[in-house]
Amino acid sequence: MDKKQVPISFTINGKKMTRQVNPSLLLIHLIRDELKLKGTKPGCMEGECGACTVIVDGRAVNSCLYLAVNIDGKQVNTIEGLSTVERPLHPVQHKILEHGAVQCGFCTPGFVLSIKAIGDECVEQGIVPSRKEIAKELEGHLCRCTGYVKILDAAEDYLAHPILQNSSDHG
Amino acid sequence: MRLRIIWLIQSFKTALIMDKKLKLIGKSTPKLDGSERVSGRAVYGHDIELPNMLHGMILRSRYPSARIKSIDCSEALELDGVECIITANDVDVNRISYKRDHPVLKGETVNCQRDELAAVAATSRETARKALRLIKVDYEVMEGIFDPFEALKEDARQINLYGKGAESFGNKNIAESFTYSHGNLEEQKKNSRVIVSRRYRLPRVTHCCLATSNITADYSVLDGRLTLYASTQVPFLYQRDMAHALKMDPSRIRIIQPTIGGGFGSKLDMYPFEPICALLSMKTGKPVQLLYDREEEFIASPTRQTMVIDLTTGADAEGKFTFREVRIIMDNGAYTSWGATTPFVMMQTYSSLYQVPACHFRADAIYTNNPFAGSFRGYGNPQATFSVERNIDLMAEELGIGKDEIRLINANYPGEITGQGLHFKTCGAKPALMKVLETSDYERKNREKQNGRYRRGVGLASMLHVGGGAKIYRSDGCGTRLKLDHYGYLTIVTGSSEIGQGSETVLAMIASEELGIPLQQIRVINTDTDIKPWDVGVHASRTSFVAGNSLLGAIRLLKDKLNLKAARLMECETGDFLYEAGSIRADQKEIKIDKVVREMHFGSPNELCVAEYFYEPPSSFQDKQYMGDVSGNYAFASQVAEVEVDTYTGKVKVLNVYVSQDVGRVLNPVGLQGQIEGGLAIGIGYALTEEMIYEKGVLQNPSFHEYKLLTPVDMPDIHFYPIETLDEAGPYGSKGAGEAPLIPSAAAIANAVSDALGVEFQSLPLTPENVLRAWSEKRQHEPANSRKV
Repeated sequence: MDKKQVPISFTINGKKMTRQVNPSLLLIHLIRDELKLKGTKPGCMEGECGACTVIVDGRAVNSCLYLAVNIDGKQVNTIEGLSTVERPLHPVQHKILEHGAVQCGFCTPGFVLSIKAIGDECVEQGIVPSRKEIAKELEGHLCRCTGYVKILDAAEDYLAHPILQNSSDHG
Repeated sequence: MRLRIIWLIQSFKTALIMDKKLKLIGKSTPKLDGSERVSGRAVYGHDIELPNMLHGMILRSRYPSARIKSIDCSEALELDGVECIITANDVDVNRISYKRDHPVLKGETVNCQRDELAAVAATSRETARKALRLIKVDYEVMEGIFDPFEALKEDARQINLYGKGAESFGNKNIAESFTYSHGNLEEQKKNSRVIVSRRYRLPRVTHCCLATSNITADYSVLDGRLTLYASTQVPFLYQRDMAHALKMDPSRIRIIQPTIGGGFGSKLDMYPFEPICALLSMKTGKPVQLLYDREEEFIASPTRQTMVIDLTTGADAEGKFTFREVRIIMDNGAYTSWGATTPFVMMQTYSSLYQVPACHFRADAIYTNNPFAGSFRGYGNPQATFSVERNIDLMAEELGIGKDEIRLINANYPGEITGQGLHFKTCGAKPALMKVLETSDYERKNREKQNGRYRRGVGLASMLHVGGGAKIYRSDGCGTRLKLDHYGYLTIVTGSSEIGQGSETVLAMIASEELGIPLQQIRVINTDTDIKPWDVGVHASRTSFVAGNSLLGAIRLLKDKLNLKAARLMECETGDFLYEAGSIRADQKEIKIDKVVREMHFGSPNELCVAEYFYEPPSSFQDKQYMGDVSGNYAFASQVAEVEVDTYTGKVKVLNVYVSQDVGRVLNPVGLQGQIEGGLAIGIGYALTEEMIYEKGVLQNPSFHEYKLLTPVDMPDIHFYPIETLDEAGPYGSKGAGEAPLIPSAAAIANAVSDALGVEFQSLPLTPENVLRAWSEKRQHEPANSRKV
């Protein structure tokens, strides 16, 4: 390997970390293959399906289109970061279950993180999005099982009273 | 008279089923395996990592049709990290597919874009990919045959060298053929006031499971056992097929199903990549994982069967259907998978959806140099239903009777035994029709014609599908083993599989209902062929029906044991005790269920609280003419689609879909609703946006960017009205429900767009381009002053 490794420091799920990474390494590969956080799903590797969504500095991004070097100095949250021993599931996840919005589940972690990110933004701006706006926000996610209806139900339900839980974001 | 008696018997049986007060069945229950999935803890095939695991990758053909002169792997083998490369010359395997016409690795010729020429196992995916680029293949390119009608010509060459078409069907390129008929066609033609003939073309679409195809093979050189972590819907048939391919003893192959990221029929067959991965593991003695990327998934995973349907149908002056004459040419692709057998389901629709006095049906699957089709939720029925329901609208128009009326006149009814011998012991066809007509306000909306840029329309379509399994294999059964432990926890070991549809939850609900054990104390084990008893697999909307009945059988046996012991302990007569809240209750007495089990384990004589049961549906095999009552019961449904068409752009927006479906009984409302909505999304995609575009056998749109799935903004409002006919064959009266919601959708939407524009559509999808073309043609043919407004 003649490619130069680049040092990066970042926070992932509340833990500070420093790694040497190849400049062409995709964030999804850092997360799944090196950090072994397998909840981030590879659905298409071209930014079309949203299954690999993670949150970087509060914004939902497709980790398959994001270079790992670009998380230097940033906070990354994956689906694993939503669970703690004290609170195994985030309210978004409870809503997904309650509304029957999960079937095969491969797309679900991505949806959960996007809905959480929307919720955080809405709390900051003090707005409650309409169902139409939510659908538009989630347009970057594909699901082949549910027909989206229950996912939108869950999202709408959660976003009516989103909870900004900084503690769960591990700072 | 006979009808009335059947009605009476049916209502009596219904009353019996109804009589039982149900506590959990019929109440929305979240998926038991849901929290694993929402939290990212569920382990899918892509998440498996075994010690010392290698990564497999497949070299596919550069051309859809060519002779292979040589394959040179020498340079690739020298690459650091490459552990093994196999080609057809390196392996001793049998051909696969039910026609045995599919070599696992291709050595002589390649016949489609998917064809597997070589496979690499390397220490990383990157290395495997590099190695593929270093393999040199010398091709002698041949002109491919991509049109089935061309392939049927005398002078066409034989596409699949292992095809038996010449001997079996009189043409070397026919892979499979089905002929069926009932009634007197000629006489019925004479009885017809109106006869409509149309040619329909149905596109090639694909499953688009969010998780791509995957397998991890782990062969042990120590004991010669092969463990496969495989996303199959049919683990026992898969085990058999794998053993055949690899020339192994089936029982040395263990199939473990990881969490499956979408099935929809795609995992009903075994495809070459799976034995290839096993071979790489056997050659290296190490675990090997093979994952498709999305492009490979589009190119090399199965599709829905594409076909050309010539349909002629008739009706008499009163609108009663007289006959259907069907000729179907299916593009089989280069090899045969289950797509070729979709006529088995389609002929049921042609022969028996609505009352049909006479039917003649023939369908041939023709080899071409296109990709082969597999099974896909609905199994040919969306195609057949599209043609039938389009023709019905056209006949109604010609006869001048309502599109609703003509369907009601001909609707199937309880007690009907159809021309094909399907016996509808219960039948919600008419109630479903009436429900959607009423709730959608169909009659009024169909009457009102619109003008201007945006035009609304409504379309109606119905469907018939098996609801109680389908007796195709030697058994359509399912085994269950139960273990109740001495702490009151129940383990259900079922042959059936969970592919996201919610079968685990329904099974646990049934056990909880019957045994009074809380859901949290019930585990479902269903992923390992070394442990679970036999089952055909997830297909034909059968899992809740077959696995549910199997579980109920096992519970009856378990209760026999428990009742006996409980009676002794409570010192009362044994009887049909009440199982509630973890206890077994007699008149005034009560005993904890776990205490009964402890007494069984540790009392005298010592015994286990276990039971096992094999359920075989009461259906029968069809004879060689395809006559027979093939399913335990039948599902019926109707849909009304309401659309708005933008006449400037051709874009169709589905505003509302009204769905009414005979589900027998609703077991888990939230799960059922999920099947309806998810099915509709696939049905609407089939109607409007999805199509695999091929040019000379090469896929032009192998990505989600170019192959359009619906997104959250595209979903209409869905209005669902279940019809409960309480069929005695189903668990608590239920029927299979998983496939039905997508079967009539495309037909209803096409009928709605036709209604909106007064334009006929004979093919799918109704993309803006296609709609606009049809619309402009209509306007060109109409003189300006006579244009309808």
